[in-house]
Amino acid sequence: MTRLGLFALATLGVIAVLVVAGPLFWTIAPETTNPAQGLAGPSLVHPLGADELGRDVLSRLLHGGRVTLLVGVAAMLASLLIGVVVGAIAGFNGGWLDALLMRFTDGMLAVPAFFFILVVITLVGTSVGTLVLVIGALSWMPVARVVYGETLRWKTAEFVVAATSLGVPPPRLLVRHILPQAIPSLVVSATLGVAFAILTESALSYLAFGVQPPLPSWGNMLQRAQQYVFTAPALALYPGLAITVVVLAFNFLGDGLRDALDPRRRR
Amino acid sequence: MVVGQEVARFLFQRIASGALVIVFASALTFFFVNLAPGGPSSIMRFDVSAEQREALIKRMGLDKPVVERYADWAAGAIRGDLGTSLLSDEPVTQRIGERLPNTLILAGAALVVSILIGIPIGLIQALRRGSALDHLLSFYSAIGLAVPVFWLGIVLILVFAVSLGWLPSAGVTTISEDTLVERLRHLALPTVALATTTLPTIVRFMRSAALEVLDEDYIRTAASKGLAPRVVVTRHALRNALIPVVSAVGALVPRLLGGTVVTESVFSWPGMGRLALEAAQGRDYPLITGITVVVAGIAVATTLLVDLAYTRIDPRLRAS
Repeated sequence: MTRLGLFALATLGVIAVLVVAGPLFWTIAPETTNPAQGLAGPSLVHPLGADELGRDVLSRLLHGGRVTLLVGVAAMLASLLIGVVVGAIAGFNGGWLDALLMRFTDGMLAVPAFFFILVVITLVGTSVGTLVLVIGALSWMPVARVVYGETLRWKTAEFVVAATSLGVPPPRLLVRHILPQAIPSLVVSATLGVAFAILTESALSYLAFGVQPPLPSWGNMLQRAQQYVFTAPALALYPGLAITVVVLAFNFLGDGLRDALDPRRRR
Repeated sequence: MVVGQEVARFLFQRIASGALVIVFASALTFFFVNLAPGGPSSIMRFDVSAEQREALIKRMGLDKPVVERYADWAAGAIRGDLGTSLLSDEPVTQRIGERLPNTLILAGAALVVSILIGIPIGLIQALRRGSALDHLLSFYSAIGLAVPVFWLGIVLILVFAVSLGWLPSAGVTTISEDTLVERLRHLALPTVALATTTLPTIVRFMRSAALEVLDEDYIRTAASKGLAPRVVVTRHALRNALIPVVSAVGALVPRLLGGTVVTESVFSWPGMGRLALEAAQGRDYPLITGITVVVAGIAVATTLLVDLAYTRIDPRLRAS
């Protein structure tokens, strides 16, 4: 893999360790308010300062990172699941089911997803679980296209034809012989998918349509920070910087994996 | 413009599929809104009596089956009637009409900036492939793709409005002094924020398209017959490399429109994106459905424009 890709992987590893293990050592609860410390600057008690309610910013950043990364990865898994099922069935079956599923995919791609996400969130509410499902349900289309292309490509490969003539039943053919060929492309899609999911979650949380306070996420920490941008600009800097670094790292990792897994793209 | 039969058929197909997308988007939104728990079918407003509720249900036609309601709604939509906003009792088309120009100005400005800056940058990167400049510009593109637009907006406000005091941070204009200059000054920061997230896509498409074109035989021919490098790049390479970039612009529009929701919110820009937020927060179902359909319509219309541009730039589509 490229050096940049490896560096991105290492960065993500460090951040993952920080948000998973950090709260075990930095034990101030992210919800504990302390009006006396409202908008306090950095100190020994609050190394990154405190927000408008006197909550510890470091603790909220660590716990918020857990929420943001969890939602990002879970939403990616949901989109992967839907995308693989749709793409594989369309590609493997062919015929009217293919036409129906792939036109549906095209239609979903053409609908400006963000507006539709707002509609759905308004109706079904904003728990972390629904957030994951909604982001997943509206971002599976690129995955479906990738899997569709791979399924079509490998369906006629000699080893698949050979397996067919040996009497391997179609479902097993798809799952054991064709889909494994799509794994390299899927790894790349998944990596880029996490980046997309994190950006979507943080935008929704910033708009108050995502993760609801007092549960912190990097997006909803920025919701109130904008009001205090004059008095406490640092409040707005940390969470945004964290989102940018993580998304950047996932994108670089995706690009690095693509180069490593697909030699044709090395140029 | 002489339109060949091939082109006519191509455009007809595109118009038909565009119409299908709008029907799809509207049906998806309409059925979702009407069938989901907590939708208008369960009007849960505390300030209405049982009789008022009955009347409201009658007025909104909620006693009819949902397919019939969609047919009614679609028949109205074709005549330009998207229903009545629940929050303000004004026609949905009027409320959207008030806000739409602001959104189009913002999205249009961001798109123009992305194209005008993105194409030269992508071309320079391709011409200097592998150089330090290429790597540096690629890194900027990567950051543009990763930075959340609302955070970039906050940082821009912090630097250019709060610290330096050069530019205003909210609204479309100054009420006391409503001049074109003031409007442009208000447009500057939101445009930069939104364009930063769309620029990298144009740059990347331009770079890879130009790289591909520069490898072609006809470029080598043009260079070896002694044409100035400048002419080879602008007349031969750029023109051909632009074809995939045009399609990238089309694919960018849904994302651009989604980005306006957040950007308008950060900069208090009174556009359709913020209207969508207000509608969603206030559970104004006719309004949110109307906005989704209008947005889908804009996306489809730009795709059509892109296809038209295609038939103009790509001579192969005209020749056959």
